[in-house]
Amino acid sequence: MNQLFHIVVCASVVPDPLQTLEPVTGANGPSLKNEMMLPAILDPWAAHALYEGANLARQIAGSKLWLVSLAPKAKLQQVMMTAAQKVPLQLVAVDGPCGGFVDAHQTAALLAAAIRKIPELDFSRLLLFGGWESASRSAGVTLQLIGEELGIVDQFQGVDAIKPQDDGSFEVLERIEGARHQVSVCTGPPAVLGWATGSLGEPRNDPQVGMANMRSIMPALQRATAGTIAPDGLQYSNVAAPKQQRQTQIVKDKPADEIAREIVQWITQE
Amino acid sequence: MATSVSNVRSETLRTLPDDNVRQILWRFAERYDLQMLVQSAREVARGPVARLVAEGQRANHDWTDKKAELLDAFDQSGITAVFMDPEQGGYIAGPKNLALALIAFELAWVDAGAATCSLAGCLALAPIHERGTPEQRAHYMALAVPPAPGEDRVAWRGAFCLTEPIPYVGVDTGMLSGKLRVSKWKKGDDPLLQVEKRGRFITNMGFANFVTAAVDSGDPRIKGSCMVIIEEGDPGVYDRGTPTRKLVHQLSSTCDPIFNVFVPASRIVGGYTVKDGIIIPNYSHSEVIEAVFKRTRVTVALMTSAKLLSAVEPVIRYQRGRFRGSEQAKPGSLRYEMGIQQRQDALHRLAGLWAIGEAGASLGFAAARLYDELDPLEREKASILSGKDIHGGKTELKFFREVNKSAMEVVRQENSGQTNSACYTDLKADPLVQFALKDAVANVLCPAAKLWNTGTGSNAMREALSLMGGYGITEDCPGFLAYKWMDSQLEATYEGPEAVQRRNLSVTMTSELFLAQFRQWILEMREVAGKRPGTGACSIATAMQLWLWTYQHLQSATDADGGALYQSARQGVTFPLADALCWLLAARQFILDVVELETKGPEHPVLAEGLPGTLSFFTDLCHIQAARSAGEVGRICAELVFGYNRHPAWDEEGYKGCYRSDELDSLEGLIPGISSCASDVVGEDGSHPVKAGPCASCKGLEGFQRIRTKLDGCLTGAQLAKDRAAEAIAKVMIPEALDYPR
Ligand SMILES: Cc1cc2nc3c(=O)[nH]c(=O)nc-3n(C[C@H](O)[C@H](O)[C@H](O)COP(=O)(O)OP(=O)(O)OC[C@H]3O[C@@H](n4cnc5c(N)ncnc54)[C@H](O)[C@@H]3O)c2cc1C
Repeated sequence: MNQLFHIVVCASVVPDPLQTLEPVTGANGPSLKNEMMLPAILDPWAAHALYEGANLARQIAGSKLWLVSLAPKAKLQQVMMTAAQKVPLQLVAVDGPCGGFVDAHQTAALLAAAIRKIPELDFSRLLLFGGWESASRSAGVTLQLIGEELGIVDQFQGVDAIKPQDDGSFEVLERIEGARHQVSVCTGPPAVLGWATGSLGEPRNDPQVGMANMRSIMPALQRATAGTIAPDGLQYSNVAAPKQQRQTQIVKDKPADEIAREIVQWITQE
Repeated sequence: MATSVSNVRSETLRTLPDDNVRQILWRFAERYDLQMLVQSAREVARGPVARLVAEGQRANHDWTDKKAELLDAFDQSGITAVFMDPEQGGYIAGPKNLALALIAFELAWVDAGAATCSLAGCLALAPIHERGTPEQRAHYMALAVPPAPGEDRVAWRGAFCLTEPIPYVGVDTGMLSGKLRVSKWKKGDDPLLQVEKRGRFITNMGFANFVTAAVDSGDPRIKGSCMVIIEEGDPGVYDRGTPTRKLVHQLSSTCDPIFNVFVPASRIVGGYTVKDGIIIPNYSHSEVIEAVFKRTRVTVALMTSAKLLSAVEPVIRYQRGRFRGSEQAKPGSLRYEMGIQQRQDALHRLAGLWAIGEAGASLGFAAARLYDELDPLEREKASILSGKDIHGGKTELKFFREVNKSAMEVVRQENSGQTNSACYTDLKADPLVQFALKDAVANVLCPAAKLWNTGTGSNAMREALSLMGGYGITEDCPGFLAYKWMDSQLEATYEGPEAVQRRNLSVTMTSELFLAQFRQWILEMREVAGKRPGTGACSIATAMQLWLWTYQHLQSATDADGGALYQSARQGVTFPLADALCWLLAARQFILDVVELETKGPEHPVLAEGLPGTLSFFTDLCHIQAARSAGEVGRICAELVFGYNRHPAWDEEGYKGCYRSDELDSLEGLIPGISSCASDVVGEDGSHPVKAGPCASCKGLEGFQRIRTKLDGCLTGAQLAKDRAAEAIAKVMIPEALDYPR
């Protein structure tokens, strides 16, 4: 018999990747130029976790899903206009800074505290979902740290699938090197799953789902506690956007294998 | 904003205006349902719609399986169900005008044909929604709402069939060839009717399951015209006809259908009564289409504005990147960084068309919001009138004469600052008075938006293309600009071409209630100008005065032959005056929206950071638009005021207004220097200056000249605003790439 899960998805917002993302250093350390004004989206890695979590919750009766987010409240609200249309969810919002240069330890502590405060959450049934990294800086540590704060020792990163078993255990497919997956069986929750892309497409927007979610999301945003993150000695010695290069060659009738070989050679030169 | 008279601005536009800015400008910051709808429609537009365009689905006019996938996308994203009330399976309660306007805007941002495809379904339902019986409404809304998950049903699609093959219905919707006859009528039964109708250019006809068609009586047992519902499957001929070989809006389906079907009389939209053995439809076809079009035209208007605004980002990207990659343009050089934006004209023209796009959007959304306010009032009005046993026609007109007087009194008291009296409060709270005031404005705003946004917008769209050079007129042009330009000609045509809108305006703008409120707007613009001189509101106020002077003058003035000027047959007078009014309305609404942004923006935590720059830029755009509008109004009014007088000639009559050279010599003794001032001097031998004739007298037109001269002066600073806006455009940060197709 499957047993229900309490799925908590940690997800923040990041600037829309199509925007010009230009690191600048100000009095409070590095940030992105005009960061507050850039349109934001739900962090794509964590968004996969959300869709997988919702799918799991739908499959196993009695399961629940929360989305826990630390972000500037107003930005989060905008993102919710899309995210809330994707899947049924309950929002827990912490109003505070987010981004590529915010201290991951403090972020994790705030999120863990918010998770602890969820009244109906049964810790023994907890699956903590999130992205194995973030589109903001890809440091890939926050989720692991939240798990540690909460004392969850079963952690999986780069997850592409979860299969619940009848005995209450679940199988996890984790990405490992060499484009292969590792299969593990976990006896049961609590566990941390840092998702890669999973296998589900992005659900279509459905304003009807959104309208239903909004009834609880707006009060959650209004209730959002303020989370502060102190400078705490964190320093970045250098920040730069990945370099782009354009080298054009005009060739005719070159076999695909040869083109591929050249591209590989070019990439490995770096 | 207040400091904008000076040319020094510390803050400038940092990023392109985002949803937060738009929500405040167009007043849906508090409407989460609409914000979600926007995201939903955007996803469809920039995903499936954009992919169809990129795949070349616009290359033909046939309705293909690929195009049909759009219908599912509309259903699944909630676009189709917007039109329905929650009890009908929809999810937005209350009026839907703004909601539909936002959908049109989002879809047209990528492809207006997709917008048409979605909205034509609403157009088909609109006669039933506006004038249908409760049973008709419940039945067809339930059929058209997309099935809920798990429900085994296919949603019905509709088409609206008014236009007929030449020589019948087009601009003139009065001459119907479609006919309705009694086929069978057993005593006590619902009569069976035969509908014969041929349509031309009917949208959605490639797949529609039902059609709302305009027909006239072809039978002495039926009185007048009506709209009737035809269903696929009705006995008889339901022929979708040949697809229209159109060059525009290719993501919608258009055909010339042929119907010859038998339907029960209960399909007459709005029902009927039987009197002395004659079927009398409760609503004529023109009553139905009037109620329908005054709402749906606003959404069409917004399509062109959306496209114009959508052009800004691709044009900037093209301009900036134009020389990158060349040997001569090294990174860091002006040529590399700014590209064509080094050139002032490229920036000035973009600023000009951006301002037109903003003003159009402001006008269109204002009209949509006004209909949202008007809808419940209209229902209340209908119920009050029915309580008084008044059912349209002359009795309603007569009744409203009194209501209008009360409404005028409200305006009068507001103008004289007597808004504290109980009388004022009572009158203002009266729903009929509120209806009358809003209706008078809506009757102007709707045709104005349809006319100006699509007509002027289309011209501006051409200019947007030209800023992309040859790329602009290729299929590869980012943002599909060439298609958008071509498409705008349809937006200016269907649901009544420009002539129809001008004709409507030439009537509705003469309403005393409208004019009284227009006078209030002059004061309002002066007040805005007092606090925010940089918006150009003062030039709009003066231009409004000039328009009003001209309008009043034309009411009584005659042409050189004594012919009355302001009359319906004289479209040369009434139409340009309607055009002039539109420029004013659009510029005014843009200014009001920017004032809203200034008021509400600071409360918004996300906006606060860049707000001064955004406001400063928008203020300059307002000024550019105000100046352009003032210029147009000045030109049009001057042409009308002077253009119908006959120019004096060098003849006996003309000489009467001239000095004779000997007369001037003697006057020179009395008033030294007079000869140098006199221009029209006739010599003793009849010689005269080389020009068309003596200068025309301006007797009686001094008032006009005074305002016109003042108006020219009001343009002071407008070009400085343009320079600043141009500079802002050259610096604004844009995304790395266009976000469609996705
Ligand atoms: C792609 C497409 C989709 C359409 N979809 C629909 C639909 O779904 N349902 C529907 O019923 N119709 C539809 N139409 C028809 C559309 O509404 C008509 O084309 C439009 O109303 C104009 O009619 P017309 O083409 O017969 O122009 P005409 O009546 O021939 O007018 C041509 C021009 O003559 C001038 N003119 C005509 N009358 C006057 C006047 N009184 N005063 C001054 N000038 C005048 C104007 O310049 C006008 O633009 C569609 C059309 C197209 C092209």
